Amino acid sequence: MKNVEYYKPQDPSELQELMQVHQARAVLIAGGTNLIHQMRNGEKKPEVLVDISELKDLTGIKVEDNYITIGAVTSIAQIAASPVIGEHCPILAAAAKQLGNPLTRNRATIGGNLANASPCADTAPPLLALEAEIHITNTEGQARSVPADKFFMDYKWTHLDKGDVMTRIAVPKPKVAAKGSHTKLGLRKAAAICVASVALMLEKEGDAVKRARIAFGSVAPKPIRAYRLEHYIEGKPVDEKLLSDCGPLLQEEISPIGDIRGSESYRRSATASIFNRNLLQAWV
Amino acid sequence: MNTYNIEIKVNGEWRETEVTATDTLLEVLRSNLDAVEVKNGCEQGDCGACTVILGGKPVNSCLVLAVQANGKEVTTVKGIGTQESPHHLQTAFVEHGAIQCGYCTPGLIVSAKALLDENPDPTREEIREGICGNLCRCTGYTKIVEAIEDAASKK
Repeated sequence: MKNVEYYKPQDPSELQELMQVHQARAVLIAGGTNLIHQMRNGEKKPEVLVDISELKDLTGIKVEDNYITIGAVTSIAQIAASPVIGEHCPILAAAAKQLGNPLTRNRATIGGNLANASPCADTAPPLLALEAEIHITNTEGQARSVPADKFFMDYKWTHLDKGDVMTRIAVPKPKVAAKGSHTKLGLRKAAAICVASVALMLEKEGDAVKRARIAFGSVAPKPIRAYRLEHYIEGKPVDEKLLSDCGPLLQEEISPIGDIRGSESYRRSATASIFNRNLLQAWV
Repeated sequence: MNTYNIEIKVNGEWRETEVTATDTLLEVLRSNLDAVEVKNGCEQGDCGACTVILGGKPVNSCLVLAVQANGKEVTTVKGIGTQESPHHLQTAFVEHGAIQCGYCTPGLIVSAKALLDENPDPTREEIREGICGNLCRCTGYTKIVEAIEDAASKK
């Protein structure tokens, strides 16, 4: 670990230059709450660290015409405290407030939370339910955007290639009529790692669901959108019958494992409970 | 070996030192800058024993690279009060017996200071939430919460 090189680019062009020169050798660091721990236990062995934690272009929350954009290195504490996020994306604010503890939230960034691609990444389910788009720039300076559900490919595997930089997350402004709901289940009230979580957005028309966006965390190899469940619910009223009818489908959508935080069967029944509760909350 | 010269303002005094890219702020504070009041507990961001205020925000110094703190201000428990003139939080911890083995205390005082700076009149629940990144295996937290509540009332 002793021969690691460290660079702190001052602007996007300097960053791009560094990524071009170092390509696959370069590992980006922002808050470092995952990476420093992973370096210490030998899980990650970077040769070159590129510190993007203070790049102004990658920081901050902006309201645009149709989107709320969040710079990739915006801290979780900033997101949790942001009136803009609180107003437009309350389910994301709720998840940010429950990530780690106040000390880690001051360092951890939303981009890091996504790029680390843990199935239990706290900000992932709300961003999936909000249909966020992840903006990425490659070493040639070409930008692309990927829907959040395409960003997560598999366990700890994302759409990011070597040398790519995640620049921002764009959340389409939810329709005023859409209501969100979010629950993170942990083993304690604070500083918990997620055992199961659900985030959903529901739009009602008359007596039926017009549009549903449903996402789960910690119950599959990656954070997931539950498309079949959404499709099943749309066009129907949310009532006891629907909750019991969609139960088997929910169980098909998730594929939890058992680990130190909960068994597979616990995760299955807990997910059903929090899903039902959140669906009802967003419905009334 | 790649090394980097950095400057950190520790408790009001600029200090220069040489670090590698992967040295943590915790390691450098303790080994290079004699700030042994910053305790090393878990080194993975779980326990909060190494809490310092960096650029105005409380953080785990074990999860910050020293190079990332270059040019920044760091406040440790020693920067909050001294033995001769303790901060009212420190006095309250002593008066309430909110210290047993004492290992978590430097981190807890720093977290409590940051909490009261942002929220001078916190509820009990807000105090508990504010210090939830700092583990204490002795007290059961009741005395710590009471000490912070008392310090807030005396501010």
